[in-house]
Amino acid sequence: MSPKRTLVTWTTALLAAATLASCAESERDGGGEGGASEDAGTFIFGAAGAPEMFDPYYATDGETFRITRQMFEGLLGIEPGSAEVVPELATEWTPNEDGTEWTFTLRDDVTFHDGEPFNAEAVCYNFERMFDQNEAGQVAGEYWGYVMRAYKNNAADALYQGCEATGEFEAVITISGPTSGFPTMLTLESLSMQSPKALEEGDANGIAAEGEGFSFPAYADAPVGTGPFTFGEFDEANGEITLERNDDYWGETAKVGEIVFRVIPDESTRRQELEAGSINGYDLPNPVDWAGLEEDGNSVEVRDPFNILYLGLNPEANPQLKDLKVRQAIYHALNREQLVQSQLPEGAAVATQFMPDTVSGYNTSLEPYAYDPDEAKRLLAEAGAEGMTLEFAYPTEVTRPYMPDPEKIYEALRTDLEAVGINVKTVTASWNGGYLDNVSGEPGKYDAYILGWTGDYDSAYNFIGTFFGNLKDNDFGTDTMPWGKQLADDLEAADAIVDEAERGAAFEEINRQIMEEYLPGLPISHSPPALVVGPGVEGVIPSPLTAEEFDTVTVGGE
Amino acid sequence: MLRFVLRRLIQMVFVVLVLSMLLFVWLRSLPGGPVSAILGERQTTERRLALEAALGLDQPLPVQYLKFMERAVQGEFGTSTKVLPGEDALVVFWSRLPATVELTLLALFIAITLAIPLGYIAARRVGSLSDTSAVIFSLIGVAVPVFFTAFLLKYFFAVEWQVLPVSGRQTTGLDATRVTGLFVLDGLLTREWDASWDALKHLILPALALATIPFSVIFRITRASVLDVLDEDYVRTAEAKGLTAKVIRGRHVLRNAMLPVVTTIGLQVGGLLAGAILTETVFSYRGVGDALATSFREKDYAVLQVLILATAVIYVLVNLLVDIAYAVLDPRIRTR
Repeated sequence: MSPKRTLVTWTTALLAAATLASCAESERDGGGEGGASEDAGTFIFGAAGAPEMFDPYYATDGETFRITRQMFEGLLGIEPGSAEVVPELATEWTPNEDGTEWTFTLRDDVTFHDGEPFNAEAVCYNFERMFDQNEAGQVAGEYWGYVMRAYKNNAADALYQGCEATGEFEAVITISGPTSGFPTMLTLESLSMQSPKALEEGDANGIAAEGEGFSFPAYADAPVGTGPFTFGEFDEANGEITLERNDDYWGETAKVGEIVFRVIPDESTRRQELEAGSINGYDLPNPVDWAGLEEDGNSVEVRDPFNILYLGLNPEANPQLKDLKVRQAIYHALNREQLVQSQLPEGAAVATQFMPDTVSGYNTSLEPYAYDPDEAKRLLAEAGAEGMTLEFAYPTEVTRPYMPDPEKIYEALRTDLEAVGINVKTVTASWNGGYLDNVSGEPGKYDAYILGWTGDYDSAYNFIGTFFGNLKDNDFGTDTMPWGKQLADDLEAADAIVDEAERGAAFEEINRQIMEEYLPGLPISHSPPALVVGPGVEGVIPSPLTAEEFDTVTVGGE
Repeated sequence: MLRFVLRRLIQMVFVVLVLSMLLFVWLRSLPGGPVSAILGERQTTERRLALEAALGLDQPLPVQYLKFMERAVQGEFGTSTKVLPGEDALVVFWSRLPATVELTLLALFIAITLAIPLGYIAARRVGSLSDTSAVIFSLIGVAVPVFFTAFLLKYFFAVEWQVLPVSGRQTTGLDATRVTGLFVLDGLLTREWDASWDALKHLILPALALATIPFSVIFRITRASVLDVLDEDYVRTAEAKGLTAKVIRGRHVLRNAMLPVVTTIGLQVGGLLAGAILTETVFSYRGVGDALATSFREKDYAVLQVLILATAVIYVLVNLLVDIAYAVLDPRIRTR
């Protein structure tokens, strides 16, 4: 290149750079070091994944709910540190005699983040908005479909029947029949109250299914609730979501000025970031790291277990499993005490039934099935199933609160089964790569599998109803068992009992029957998930429902 | 030259078409899918079927592909289900591209500025201690997987000595202005020097790890190429004519030795993009590689398709640029 051409090239490049630079102005406010919110400190939380969007109604995953929970509130709340239902935006709720009409008395001092008043009309607007969904919304609004069963276009099948504002701060919600889930389900993040004006302006129900996914309306990027934090921004390029303190909050204002959720998918990186002090906490530290994290001055906040890990058995895939003796033999073969001690974190417990002991309907008289390999062999011989082959599956590429390391749990169970002469055929698939399809297919493909459940709210039906209530479409193949329909009917009947004590007793009896007479699957354990916060962070109250609210958190004593 | 470029661009269209078809069929033949990723434990047959129907995943494959192509010609490549739900996959690609461009450019810059001088010096002092050491070093660079190098770098520089950040692209709360999405450049353009410096610090470790891939190859090719050229008659002739060592080095040896090196650099782009998946994952660096890993794990079909297709297009385009650079370096090619 000649010197002349070089000069021309460099001059052009410099001119281009200068033009670009003149177009780009710094958008920093130049107001010095932040405002009042920033002065109050920032809590930076390492999130395992990015949020789906910010409208909790359409959200399905924990990472999204963790963020929306700080901005939204429901009519009912959850007592921090427990699963107990407490007043939130409603101060009282009373049912009519048959449990189909619920009158909610609302707080009269609440406004939405956009200044709109919270009142009975806003409540009814929200319920009608959730009820009246287009085709895409009906599929995407997963939690409404799950708890309310149907939408406006199929109103006869829906639990929700209507909402009436009977006073400025009194709303009556009508449901089709009593159920244990109502009104507890109103603690669900998806059923939170949102600003009617913002919903309207942001075309909140304008969801569409296109291009093999859902496209969300503008509202999903600019949510408006009543909670202690307001939406700040989502810096997608840097993977950060910022929430700002709501200084006009009706309750006690949050201690920190900002919460930043930083997306760090890799767990070991989250730990390193915590050690470097660039984040203040993260969820689900690996139980093997708990001691080390504590030694480094961090605080591991262990939640009470509100989950169940079970060994699913599928008589449709292996007819030998139809025999109760075979199922009992498998249960006796498992050394669950050792599994809990060696593979699960401190605080884990052997399960006696398909729900944790904090749920109403838990049967305290049930004892764990004893680890008894001889009894297992005897039962197998009696059933003529000695040397039976069991295709037993576990998932890869996943950890769950009830299952920190699926492979190790599986190995422990497999070893026990082989010790009583069962010929175990190992099958694996990745969680999203076929495992769930094979487990929940109709019929399921595996003879046996490990899976579990974390409760959505304090309800027996949310556990055993989810597992066995849907006769035709459950993972245990109970429709092929002589007692399957009876169990589903009993669950429905118990769920519809209005009196709480009576309902609890009915669920206790069903739990006894499940464990002593039916044994459709084998409950293994309850495992306490934890979250960890760094030095100087105070006020985190671990929630059994993994529903922590960060308004009580302080960082560095601020 | 223009005809050559046009021909290559037409070839590229065919490559992308065939690849899109293969990708479409391959992805959907894998077990599982986005529905499992969305529903989790809540999955039942009824819910799965409803969601599949809503997303059009229950249609026969050819129908799904035709719909995909129909949208694609209108500039819509499918909606993300997990990486950035609700957004078109092409938007996801564009939003992640600057991070990867920044990373690969710095990695290439590090590799080239180290490998070419070292390769030249090693060739000039062939058999010496410095040559042997450099060859061994480059062999290690080839042999050690990039994610392992990344882990080592992160462990020592970020965790143990805490001189550089552990992960991400920019420190939380920096309030940096975004212009191009290239954070270092954005800081320079807006005169937010701290933002630029901070972004550069976040880039150093991933770029160093990623640079080990092209470094080793470029070093070895430079060394071998310089050795070849040094033996050429025209170099001896130049020496006999009494040209200075500087002129011989610059005009005859390096310029001729660079031809295979330039080709190699072009070919390295593919390797760099593959390496970026691992490097970005280790450093939670939000680029195309990180999005690829997430979309594969979460079976985000639309994003996966677009990212792989776009990577293929970049690969073809870069190699086209290499061919053009080749012509600039070698006038004999230009005149053909």
